[in-house]
Amino acid sequence: MKIVEFSNFSFSYDNGNYILKDMNFYVEEGWCVLVAGKSGCGKSTLLRCINGLIPKYYKGRYEGEVLVDGVRVIDYSMSELSKKVGTLFQNPDHQLFMFSVEREIAFGLENLGLDPSDIKDRVEWALDFLNLKDLAKRAPYELSEGQKQRVALASILVMRPKIILLDEPTSLLDPKTSLQLVNLLRNLKEKLKVTLIIAEHKLELFSPIADRLLVVHDGSIKAYHRVKEVLKNPSISSYGVSLPPLAQLSLFIEGFKEPSLTIDEMMKELRRFFNDRVS
Amino acid sequence: MIEFHNVSFIYPNGFKALDEINLKIREGDLLALVGENGSGKTTLIKHLNGLLKPTQGKVFIFGRDTKELTVAEVSRYVGIVFQNSDSQLFSETVEDEIAFGLRNFGFSEEDINLRINFALRLFELEIYRKKSPFLLSGGEKKRLCMACILAWDPRFIVLDEPTVGQDFLEKEKLIQMIDLLRRKGKGIVIASHDIEFLWKLQPKMVVMKNGRIIAYSSAEEIFSNSSILDQSNLIPPQLVELSKHLSTKAFQTIEQAKEWIKKRVNV
Repeated sequence: MKIVEFSNFSFSYDNGNYILKDMNFYVEEGWCVLVAGKSGCGKSTLLRCINGLIPKYYKGRYEGEVLVDGVRVIDYSMSELSKKVGTLFQNPDHQLFMFSVEREIAFGLENLGLDPSDIKDRVEWALDFLNLKDLAKRAPYELSEGQKQRVALASILVMRPKIILLDEPTSLLDPKTSLQLVNLLRNLKEKLKVTLIIAEHKLELFSPIADRLLVVHDGSIKAYHRVKEVLKNPSISSYGVSLPPLAQLSLFIEGFKEPSLTIDEMMKELRRFFNDRVS
Repeated sequence: MIEFHNVSFIYPNGFKALDEINLKIREGDLLALVGENGSGKTTLIKHLNGLLKPTQGKVFIFGRDTKELTVAEVSRYVGIVFQNSDSQLFSETVEDEIAFGLRNFGFSEEDINLRINFALRLFELEIYRKKSPFLLSGGEKKRLCMACILAWDPRFIVLDEPTVGQDFLEKEKLIQMIDLLRRKGKGIVIASHDIEFLWKLQPKMVVMKNGRIIAYSSAEEIFSNSSILDQSNLIPPQLVELSKHLSTKAFQTIEQAKEWIKKRVNV
């Protein structure tokens, strides 16, 4: 089922130059899609068209359609759309404001007017799922960057969105915490079937969990395919997309069918390669 | 030279962010500061230009105690490019932005003009000369911040998380720029979580944890030491992990890995 669909879609802020031009693509429910491209290529604008900030808050020339779960974004009220689409911003400080972690997570649910016992159950579940139980009474601003990000994610998850948008989610995280976030997202995808759309430069980190890679350049789609299919073409780096080292190396080795994204894949290919070649 | 002698720093709320730091940074050094969030990297950086002064111990810049110098005096020798460009830019035009620091240091107007031209050319920003800094893209803003600092030609340049929000091409440019500065004999200090970027630079690495330096060594040694990696929330770059699986010395570049593979194949 198509959960997000752009058809003949173009957008410009304040009637200036088009930031997104004639976009046609769709996302199947449950996919993880990486959005890559030069800074300023339109990645963040694209996310805003899915969570409704465009055209609800950012006005401009809006042509064509964006559908979320079969309904046009412009036909949703903001509160209806926010139940379907959650957004994790780059800096969690921009979305945390309550005095305790559990109150923070409950905030969105209280606004929906849910039954208190239902709220309690959902908060408990999120604390458990994201391993935040020990931090429930702490103030969000006292936490480390990785912990804050988990709290922000928890407050999104309790709303049970079908889609989560993430804008460069690892830019403030140290390497191991980044890897933990990737594993957490893998869990979300596998256990909850949540659709993930992630704007990110670090492909080496996210490629292993991604179903599709969308490359945007000057507001137009330059590639949209399985990650390995896109990375087969080294000229993709001219659009600001960094080929992970392993993928670069596998492109050099003749007879490699696909770029390797993980060490395990690379080693498997190398073994096969050496067995073939070494007499 | 910048020297830290038994430097500790305690914030007013009692949090000890630096704990007995001893460190020497020389001109021509390329040093990377790594460690998990909250390990003390930013506090250490703020000691490099005198924004913070040690609670205990001393920081010497070319032999002078930073406690006896103003931030402006130290900045003449040490320029810092902070992570968030927006917090560093405020002028109406790109050229005014670069001129600001130079005027504060008392350069002549003629000299200021020469230096602006030089910095704009070096960072390929000439076409934006009369534009507002706020109309630039994220990558361009970062280049402008570097241009502002290089215009007054400090001896040390400090980059705090320089790759955040930068795409592949901008990162490649940044690497070229850092190489150029290194060849010019500048001392460069980079705080970064971006391990693939650091591996390309091959710096000496200072690993911090809980305000202490727990390791100081080459990138190769640090990234091959699993105990250090574990303690500091680091993971090895892809090429290091691959060479470990192949039981060979760490590949510094893709080219080295290609050579290694070529040699093992009878073609």
